[in-house]
This record gives sequence, structure tokens and C-alpha cells, in this order.
Amino acid sequence: MRGRTVIAGIGHTAYGKHPGRDRVSLIVEAVGNALVDAGIEKSRLDGVLVKMANSEPSFLYGQRVAEALGLRPKLGCSLDQGGAANIALISYAAMAIEAGMAEAVVVCYGDTPRTGSRAVFNRPRGDEAIYGWYSVAAGYGLIHQAYRHTYDAEERGFGAVAVTCRANGARNPNAQLRKPLSMDEYLASPWVVEPLRRDDCCLVSDGAAAVIMTSAKLAREWGIRALVPILGFGQGQESWDVQHRPDLTSTMARASAETAYRMAGLGPSDIDVAQIYDCFTIAVLMTLEDYGFCKPGQAGPFCREGALPFNTSGGLLSETGTPGLQLVIEGVRQMRGTANLQVRNARHCIVSNQGGTMQTHGTLILGAPG
Amino acid sequence: MSELPRPQIDEISRPYWEGLEQGRLLYQHCRSCGHNWLPARQTCSACLSTQLEWLQSRGQGRIVSWVVYHVAYHDALKDRLPYDVTLVELAEGPRVLTNIVNSRGGKALRIDARVDLAIEREGDMSLARFRLVEDAAP
Ligand SMILES: [Zn+2]
Repeated sequence: MRGRTVIAGIGHTAYGKHPGRDRVSLIVEAVGNALVDAGIEKSRLDGVLVKMANSEPSFLYGQRVAEALGLRPKLGCSLDQGGAANIALISYAAMAIEAGMAEAVVVCYGDTPRTGSRAVFNRPRGDEAIYGWYSVAAGYGLIHQAYRHTYDAEERGFGAVAVTCRANGARNPNAQLRKPLSMDEYLASPWVVEPLRRDDCCLVSDGAAAVIMTSAKLAREWGIRALVPILGFGQGQESWDVQHRPDLTSTMARASAETAYRMAGLGPSDIDVAQIYDCFTIAVLMTLEDYGFCKPGQAGPFCREGALPFNTSGGLLSETGTPGLQLVIEGVRQMRGTANLQVRNARHCIVSNQGGTMQTHGTLILGAPG
Repeated sequence: MSELPRPQIDEISRPYWEGLEQGRLLYQHCRSCGHNWLPARQTCSACLSTQLEWLQSRGQGRIVSWVVYHVAYHDALKDRLPYDVTLVELAEGPRVLTNIVNSRGGKALRIDARVDLAIEREGDMSLARFRLVEDAAP
């Protein structure tokens, strides 16, 4: 699979608030931008893969998006893997292109939880709601707490993730939150669900994003200039709800990364820049460890040292809280050499997506063109 | 003031909730492989058997992790603030989310601290809460 499919175009809407906008219309806008970026006609698209909207799961959603795009594609679906769905869809698109099922596939996502309903984030959690068990944040709080105590991890390690993402976002003109954060401000920020502070938690955003994929061979025939090869991908499904999984401080992200590294023929030391799904700061620390960048319990000091550039456009903590495709798009910019905070001579970028309370995980490894 | 959402009590989970009404914490046991678990389901996730039975827990466990709410996500939770939701592993193996009745707003909680069952009435229901065995209160 290595390098046989490419990302040929990227597009997104503005991030933040889109009052009055329907989420499908945002997706159409993002796909339109990705088509312009790729320099291909809409009629080339014969695959439309959509991540299910977090705030409104619905039937035949992939087909509704295809209809709004005026397409009758060969390949189409919507996928529920929470925040890991976009990388999962990219991997399925790569295999479908390789198998000859489609030539040009758009993977897209859009939602409006900021101006619409954010009830999904604050919801009662099953039969345990009677004990006061509410919100998505609380599940990550259990993991954060277990990690802190298992490794005697200092708060500044979590803070380093927030401070880094906010610093990068502050320098991104398209970021939703452009206010930098100091370590002192992080340590003084109020509890949401203790041990999670406000600044451990990502943004809630309206927005949409899209990437267009095709084979390396077709992309060259079509004269697409900035083609970014997909070198590897993998998935890992932790699956069990947080209260029942045997280990709270590591997940199937490890297996996901191992699959992607093996496909790419690369290891952690070959990675120049990372885009790590940062819905909560603990997710970044655990992903860096499961990806082999540092030993278990060492991700906090690793982030404080600045040993690996990550979330160079601000991540979910600063650029936009939309679930994951923006991280792939920033990875593409880094490989093209057009990122706002470009890492010099970056040849390999790893991207993570994850969903639920770490029930799902996807890994993508991108390479520089040529 | 509106009430908290009630547990979905159905044919599968009814023995659990009826057990609490009678002062007993029940869990499911697989007669085929010995696996123990909560919440209730119709098949064993270890060996996929349907040969299941309900057993009574001794009510002893340890704290795996916890969170403390400082913001109420429901009006009915405002009077509890700050309150803990704690993950407890029973000696028999199953894990449950619960509250620790003597957590002092979460300040008394520690990983691996021992807890004992302390069933409490909440409205017209009985809940499986727990009590720290060695309360570290000064
Ligand atoms: Zn069994």
C-alpha cells in the first residue's frame, strides 16, 4: 500500500461559529474548497465517505451528503467510530482505490455543535447517571486521574500539551482560539470535572473539512501538483467502556501505530512532526507513549522538552474542536512545505485520531511529495 | 426540580436492582468459565456461554480512579456539589461506578484505597454506594 494512494486536495470552512448553517452545506463548502485545491472537476469524484455527525447520528447520511454534492458515487457510506472515523475512512478509501472500486474519493465531515446542540458532550452516561455520572469529559477525567497516580505525573506535563497547542494556535490566522496560554494560567484554570481543568479540554466548534484521495498514478496523469503520499495507516479498537477496561493508561493506539509503522516501513525515530488528537491533554500524553516516542509515564517531560513538534496548527485545543480531519489537513500542509509553522525538512508526519472515551483509534503516516 | 434519568431496568438487569432493594449487591457469574462481571448481559464476554447465574458480592473493593464534579450537569445534582464519581473494583472482579459516602468532596480518595458497600436510598431507589474503610480524616 505504501505510497500508492495520495492526498490530492484539502479543504475546510472557517472554524468557530456558523449560526444558521446546516451541517451538510458546510460539508459541501469544504468539498468545494478541496476540489479547487486539487484542481479537479467534481465529476471526477466517485467515492463519498462521511464521518457521522457527533451531534446528530442519522441513517443514510453518506447518501444525503452525496445528493447535496450532486453526485451518484460508486462508493459511499457514513461511519461511526467517533473521533477516529476520519482516519478510518481514509484507510478504507485507500484500500478501495487500490482495489479499483473507485478512482477519486472524498472523505469529509461537518457539524454544528457550537451554535446547535452540544448536549452530546454533557449527556448523562447510562444507568450510572443516577450517581451523577455525566459528560464526555468525566470519562477522560478517570483516565487522567489514573495516569497521574500510576506515574506520579506532574500537572505541568499536562499543561505542556495545552501551552504548546495554544501557542501554535495563536500563530495560526485560521484558529478559533488565538489566545496563548502560560503554564501559570493553565495551573490556575478552573476545574471542569476534577482532575480536568478548563484548559485540558478542547474547543467546541462548527465547521467542516474534506480531503480528496486518488492513486499516485492517476494524480500524476491528472497533473495534480501537490500530491502527498499515504505511507501507512492502522487502527486499534479499545472498545470497552472506560470503567470496564483493564488498563486505563494505555490503549489499542499502540497496535494502531504498530500497524501503520509496519506498512510505512518506518519507526518513531523517522517521524519529523506529529498531529495528535487532543480532545483532552491526557489523550496526547498517552498517544505519544503508545506511539513509541517515549516510555510510559514520560510524555509530560517529553512535551516540556519540546522534543517533537506536534499540533503545529493548534490542534483541537486551539485551532478547532472538530473531530480530527483538520489534523490530517495540517499534516498534508507540513508535507507540502506550506504549513504556517513549517517544520524544516519534514519528511514524515504521523497523525492520530481517536474517539469516544478512547474506544477507537486510527493512525495515518504521510510522506513528503517526490 | 426535574429528576435524574432513571436506570433502564429490564428483564436482564432487574435481578441487580431488586438485589439492591433487598440490601444485596449481585453480580453475574459464568458457570462455564468462572468469569464475573457487571452490568448485566445475556452472554459471557470471556467464553460466550449463556450459562449464567447471579451471585452476591461480599461488598469489598478498591478504588481504581475517580473524578470530582464542581459543576452540576443536571439541576438535581446541584445540592451534591462537589461530589465524586468513583470507579471501584469489587474483590470478585466486576467494576462499578459509584459514589464514596465519606469522600469529603473527593479529598479523602486515594487509588487502591479499600472500600465497603454502603447501600443508600435515593428517592425510591436503592443505590450501591461505598464507604472508605480507612478514612484518612484527621
Ligand atoms: Zn464464560
